[in-house]
Amino acid sequence: MYVWTLLSGLFIVPQAFASIGNGAFADGAEVVELDADSYSAGEKLYGRCKGCHAFEYNRVGPKHCGLKGRRAGSLDGYRFSEAMKQSGIVWNVETLDRFLKSPTKVIPRTSMGYGGVKDDAERRLLVAYMLQESTSQERCADE
Amino acid sequence: MTDFSKNMINHIDTSQASRRKFLIGSGAAGLSAAAVALIGGKEALASKYKANEHGDVTILSTALGAEREAIAAYQLGAESGLLSKGVLDVAVAFQGHHKEHADVLAATITSLGGVVPAAPTQYNFPVSQLKKERDVLAFAAGLEQGAVSAYLGAVPLFDNRDLSAAAASILGDEAMHWAVLRQALGLNPVPGAFVS
Ligand code: HEC
Repeated sequence: MYVWTLLSGLFIVPQAFASIGNGAFADGAEVVELDADSYSAGEKLYGRCKGCHAFEYNRVGPKHCGLKGRRAGSLDGYRFSEAMKQSGIVWNVETLDRFLKSPTKVIPRTSMGYGGVKDDAERRLLVAYMLQESTSQERCADE
Repeated sequence: MTDFSKNMINHIDTSQASRRKFLIGSGAAGLSAAAVALIGGKEALASKYKANEHGDVTILSTALGAEREAIAAYQLGAESGLLSKGVLDVAVAFQGHHKEHADVLAATITSLGGVVPAAPTQYNFPVSQLKKERDVLAFAAGLEQGAVSAYLGAVPLFDNRDLSAAAASILGDEAMHWAVLRQALGLNPVPGAFVS
């Protein structure tokens, strides 16, 4: 069960939460490779995002390849809201966790009109999956 | 902008006939009575409604983008030559629903004083992965599932509860599409008691 796996230390959160956007974790917190169960749980959770996102290409939302370590709203070829561009956020474990819990609270006026992933364990899995996929060789070869 | 939307909403008569007229007049003919009632007809709304117009219009605009993409995706599927007659009919019917959703979203954005965003001229679809009917069905099922989640994520965000109700109504329709597509794929059509 993935929750157990998480608790057993698969997921490493290095320090207390830094406030979002201060760049303290610009290099991203360390995430070890997900095991098969966690990976497929993360993949399933990502299904919630697939109305608007893909890893490989921009859709209603920006593509997620290369997300790890990327400055929010900086991707070329996608029209972000001013709010996203000016958020000062760099995407890593902490910032994604905070944002995805309640996107419109963290970035009021973002155009991502989505309530968020409220369950902490689900969100951690989703974030771990996304960060891993966003640097995947096969999927994100162009990055 | 606020005055405009207030007026638009205030001027809608509660009778079915004049609601229809209003929407047809604003270029969104052919909406179902239910959709019209959900979106157009709440008179009490105008006075309460002020606080978060920007937010609501933004959410509606993003949803419109997703609906337009779904319409284009079904078009791609329909023109692929990969769909058998029965499946094609269903795909065209579902596409029609997405068109109705898009119309009602656009009409609502306008009635709230927002600007309907221009439709993109092209979409990215995984065309090279669509080689047989099943691939098209799976692709469509994924879009419908994503749409269900997207509306679910939008429902609690609207400042205006009538818009939440309208989003929930669309969500239900897209969940039905998703179930039918899963059935066609030989999957359990209703995999659980909740969608997420
Ligand atoms: C209703 C459509 C929609 C859904 C559903 C959605 N997003 Fe988004 N997402 C967007 C849009 C639109 C943007 C651009 C926001 C902006 O510019 O303010 C965005 C931006 C983002 C960004 C910032 C990317 C960057 O390059 O700065 C991340 C991260 C993100 N979304 C993750 C997710 C995840 C994870 C989910 C699923 C839990 C999700 N989104 C669901 C529409 C959506």
